[in-house]
Amino acid sequence: MCLAVPGKVIECRGDEAVVDLQGSTLRVSRVLTPEADVGSWVLVHAGFAIAQLDEREALETWDYLRQILATEPADSERETQTTDQAPRGEGSPA
Amino acid sequence: MTDRVAQLVDELHGLCRDVGRRIQVMEVCGTHTVAIFRTGIRSLLPANLRLVSGPGCPVCVTAQRHIDAALELAGRPGVILATYGDMLRVPGRSGSLERLRATGAQVQVVNSARTALDLARANPQSPVVFLGVGFETTAPATAATVLEADRDGVENFSVLMCHKLVVPAMQALLDAGDVPLDGFLAPGHVSVIIGAQAYQPIVAKHRRPVVVAGFEPEQIMRGLLALVRQVAEGRAAVENVYPGVVTADGNRVALELLRRVFVVADAPWRELGVIPQSGLELAAVYRRFDALQRFELALGEDEGHPLCRCGEVITGKAEPSECPAFATACDPLNPIGPCMVSSEGTCAAWYKYNRVQGPGAQRVPEGQR
Amino acid sequence: MTAVKPGLGHDRIVIAHGGGGELMGRLIREHLLPPLRNERLAALTDSAVLPWPDGELVFTTDSYVVTPLEFPGGDIGRLAVAGTVNDLAVMGAEPVALSLGLILEEGLPLAVLDRIVASIAGAAREAGVEVVTGDTKVIERGAGTADSSRGLFINTAGVGRMRRGVQLGLRRVAVGDAILVNGPIAEHGLAVMSVRSGIEFESTLRSDVAPLNGLIRDILATGADVKFLRDATRGGIAGVLADICEASQRSVEIVEAQVPLSTTARHAAEMLGLDPLTVANEGKCIMVVAAGDAERVLAACRGNPLGRGAASIGRITDAAPPLVELITRVGGRRVVQRPYGEELPRIC
Repeated sequence: MCLAVPGKVIECRGDEAVVDLQGSTLRVSRVLTPEADVGSWVLVHAGFAIAQLDEREALETWDYLRQILATEPADSERETQTTDQAPRGEGSPA
Repeated sequence: MTDRVAQLVDELHGLCRDVGRRIQVMEVCGTHTVAIFRTGIRSLLPANLRLVSGPGCPVCVTAQRHIDAALELAGRPGVILATYGDMLRVPGRSGSLERLRATGAQVQVVNSARTALDLARANPQSPVVFLGVGFETTAPATAATVLEADRDGVENFSVLMCHKLVVPAMQALLDAGDVPLDGFLAPGHVSVIIGAQAYQPIVAKHRRPVVVAGFEPEQIMRGLLALVRQVAEGRAAVENVYPGVVTADGNRVALELLRRVFVVADAPWRELGVIPQSGLELAAVYRRFDALQRFELALGEDEGHPLCRCGEVITGKAEPSECPAFATACDPLNPIGPCMVSSEGTCAAWYKYNRVQGPGAQRVPEGQR
Repeated sequence: MTAVKPGLGHDRIVIAHGGGGELMGRLIREHLLPPLRNERLAALTDSAVLPWPDGELVFTTDSYVVTPLEFPGGDIGRLAVAGTVNDLAVMGAEPVALSLGLILEEGLPLAVLDRIVASIAGAAREAGVEVVTGDTKVIERGAGTADSSRGLFINTAGVGRMRRGVQLGLRRVAVGDAILVNGPIAEHGLAVMSVRSGIEFESTLRSDVAPLNGLIRDILATGADVKFLRDATRGGIAGVLADICEASQRSVEIVEAQVPLSTTARHAAEMLGLDPLTVANEGKCIMVVAAGDAERVLAACRGNPLGRGAASIGRITDAAPPLVELITRVGGRRVVQRPYGEELPRIC
């Protein structure tokens, strides 16, 4: 029921944080995550950082985050995604 | 990535084979419903594992009387109604906000309650009403915004309070006892706020496993695997497989904010009726920001559509295809029920990703599994 | 209508700019003709006269009402030229000439008009077509919309010459054909969304708006068996794939991992809750080609700056009933449908 995306805090000004979402940046409120600071990973929902992530733990299951981290730091350009380029057989996941 | 998921799929098939009988679990959250459809996960599941979609789409469960109130307020001269895009097409008794906007009403789509407050600051002459929908994930944002309006004296800002709580709805579902459920896939981002321990009472009272999971294919598969494993072992516990994101206790700052700004109250859920202690209202000190009070508006009654079975769909009693209106009288262009209008509504997800054939009958030849 | 003295140095459009008098003459001579300069337009005749050899004439029209008028990577003017040129090009025609109907709202800053007309001229040069006839009207402020000022609307018509020997049409689509796209999708819609009021965000995303006639010329010049072309605008590539499926009564199978999508666009779509397959493009073309010719067409695409990111994304199959199906990154399958209207950003 709640879309939220992970991003990295790149700037803090008072209650506001600027969060980098891989080429897009959002100004969000950090009143719900007062400890988030520049360099922190946060989960953003509806203009608010709602959680500060434990990056190391989150990596265990979060492929999305792994990919973001893998493309850090230079990838803010439009780089065509090339994951799984090889045509994966006709729908065979195994 | 695929390998990780493939391995989980294999494990899940093995476990379900061992259990043998049919296992029915509910994904409570609408975002899970959409993610499951969008990523094609249903087509990878064992035949005896059935997913039913729960009441976790805030758009779907917003009572018609609240939509009617939003329409009434947006129709008043000078009023700017700010809403998340999700609510624009939800039908009330007299149309939708989208249709009302076409007749000249000022309805502004925003992506944050803060943007609504900014609108109020930029238009001091216009009352700005924010349509406050969402579960525990979204409610803290509204709470923080009300505090900011209070601090800065933005008196032309108000909120039409429709926020709801997930755990009481899950409780009510089990208390009613008419849906056979082996466990819950609990909403990951609600859990960010309330913490995994918040589901302990459900486990204690009803002895059903509750597994908190994220929204990626791998995370969803891990969640399902954890659920089925508990079923296989005859256990019932709260399990968190969304590590680093969800903690046991949740976001204490956000919870404190909710306690400070809101009070828990009985709330009407669309097609489900009033569920005790399942909604949020503004606490007395902040009640002047309540749009109903500000505009002296009383809520009306909900008027269900005779064909609509959304109430059964969001409690897992019926699948969309069992509703006589599904894809005939009711489709995304002309939704009768809220589950069709929300993009994360179960009916809309079925219509969009699964319409042609029924459940489990997606066109997947067995040989490709 | 109040009298406005010419020569007082207007910096905004006023109603009299549309009045057919001296002020209008100046608007045309000073703001429209110089950037669009060409002989036929300069004649200011009631209609343009074009030489026409034997063969088929291809004719299209389109209107543009985008807000805001200027967005990252483009503006309404470039959009109008590219949109009309692309509608001709995907039919297999070589665009020849465009018309330009401008509807200006009073109050529009002339500086904005100048930028947009310059952009029209630039896009037309890029496409190798001329704006040969035009019309300008001024409407009262607010007449365009109920509450806010839009400033400018454009209608364009375009004519093109059908190439000989080119046969494009959905009836030629056959089982086994490859489905290609000329580069990363969803960038236009997301770039426009990033500057919409209420939901704006900072982004490096830029609209992909571009005239594709040069790229399509390169593709057709390979002599490959190209069956069908369509630019994937509103409705995204999902809309075009649904068209292909419905009209050909064949199934379409797309492999998610092969669909070009930039990291930035992927994350922006995720943030807004949008499916990239349904987000608008203005410089992307879906191509259906005979399987054996797919590599040749891809090579031709990649030799053109507008096709560098070209990829084969799927194929036509004989699965019944006819559906568009996506093989997801995790190997699952799901149906892809055309969006039912403008997709709205959501938080749920």
